[in-house]
Amino acid sequence: MSEFLYLYRGGDSSGSPEEMQQTMQKWVAWMKQLGDQGHLKAIGNPLEPTGKVVKGKQQKTITDGPYAEAKDLVGGYTLVQAKDINQAAELAKDCPIFDAGGLVEVRPILQIGM
Amino acid sequence: MEPVAVELDEHLFRHEAGRMVAALTRIFGVHNLALAEDVVQDAFCRALEVWKFRGVPENPSAWLMATAKHRAVDVLRRERTARTFAPELGRLLESEWTMVPVVHELFGAPAIQDDELRMMFSCCHPRLAEPAQVALILHILCGFSVEEIASAFLSTNAAIEKRITRSKRVLAGSNKLFELTAADFATRLSAVHRALYLLFNEGYHGASAESAVRSELCGEALRLAGLLRWNPLASTPATLALGALMCLHAARLPGRVDASGDLHSLFDQDRSRWDRELIAEGQLLLDLSATGSDLTEYHVEAAIASVHANAPSAEETNWEQIVSLYDTLLAIRPSPVVALNRAIAVAQHQGPERGLEEIRTIAGLDRLATYPFYPATLGELELRSGQPNTACKHFDAALALARSPMERRFIERRIAECRV
Repeated sequence: MSEFLYLYRGGDSSGSPEEMQQTMQKWVAWMKQLGDQGHLKAIGNPLEPTGKVVKGKQQKTITDGPYAEAKDLVGGYTLVQAKDINQAAELAKDCPIFDAGGLVEVRPILQIGM
Repeated sequence: MEPVAVELDEHLFRHEAGRMVAALTRIFGVHNLALAEDVVQDAFCRALEVWKFRGVPENPSAWLMATAKHRAVDVLRRERTARTFAPELGRLLESEWTMVPVVHELFGAPAIQDDELRMMFSCCHPRLAEPAQVALILHILCGFSVEEIASAFLSTNAAIEKRITRSKRVLAGSNKLFELTAADFATRLSAVHRALYLLFNEGYHGASAESAVRSELCGEALRLAGLLRWNPLASTPATLALGALMCLHAARLPGRVDASGDLHSLFDQDRSRWDRELIAEGQLLLDLSATGSDLTEYHVEAAIASVHANAPSAEETNWEQIVSLYDTLLAIRPSPVVALNRAIAVAQHQGPERGLEEIRTIAGLDRLATYPFYPATLGELELRSGQPNTACKHFDAALALARSPMERRFIERRIAECRV
């Protein structure tokens, strides 16, 4: 089993209250399914859409985020475990984020000492 | 850690939307209705983001309310110099010392219940036509989006959008939410009754084919009528009678549309599918409504529904009593649809020919010109008096007027009957 990070990017889930409740329930069901199948390592966290960017080699500057367009913004992350990257990617296909026009970035965690 | 799967009320977000908008409008003032709606949308976005990962909290309503309350305090702090908020709260919102406790109190359960009621009364503004009042109630208090209302009413998004925007402007133009102690309370209460009655009817008899939409509209009307009953000022005999009428009709909903989505008239419904609990509740409300001297149309309609609900079959129904109740109803609220229903009862009691005679004497028959069940009734009675050819012509006319596939299938079945 290897570990992978799901980065949830973009996706506009605003809508009528009924639609938002349905979206929320789909997410909860999806997370539960990952857990039931033993793939959930850490459910992760949602991220605020705001933040700060610190950069500069010598002169450090701090500017207000966000630093990407809304469609690329990371909205949260989850740590999963899967046989390999293909399985991890396959599992992500059921994520409700696609209904909202977002995407899941699947990144293998670098295995130390291998 | 896995999210806990909490059983959520199917329409929690919609219902909480109404409660939150009502509470926030009370704090921000009616003129800031749009701001209140933004804060509600914000609270849902937050819930969505957090609950995705943490699961649904133990008390989701309280969570949403607390979020809306915090956002309200933020908005008040940030914008109190730029905007005026609820004029009647005035200075209480200006000082940091009083603002937080005031907002806290206004987000308490009893205050919110009052605000929902005041919002309901505000939506029934005399400057708004009845369909506009109904759309506004659905939008603000029941959390339906423009698209959802349009699909329930088989209307276009543009038409509903226009209706709601205009209605909101009227609402936002009023000084504050309607006070339940106002001098014109009784007048406004009748307008509220009427709007809830229309909302219920839209669900029960309306054009929308989907039974889910229908029962949702009826469910909302029942819920809002229940809110009225909880308030001692609003819980009048007419309010109780309206609740009775809704319960007694809603009880028949499971029999009206069968598993394959086919419509059944009162005459061929499987009565074992009627909801006995709702019938009992309706009956109780009807008994409780029998006080005072006011006999409203709701009393009479509930009494009619009660006769049907307690009859074992269409044949074993006391049609004579129903005819006389329709006579009373016609005296209170004359309408060609009521007269048509009365004629149907006459036909049951004294034969189809008598029913057809009654139909010919209905005043304002031209107002039924687009009502599919008018020619359908003529067809039914002609069929029963042994005139299948004439009947078929009427059913053809009805078919042309049918508003949904469900109505169309219903009439097609009757046409097939004529050709047997």
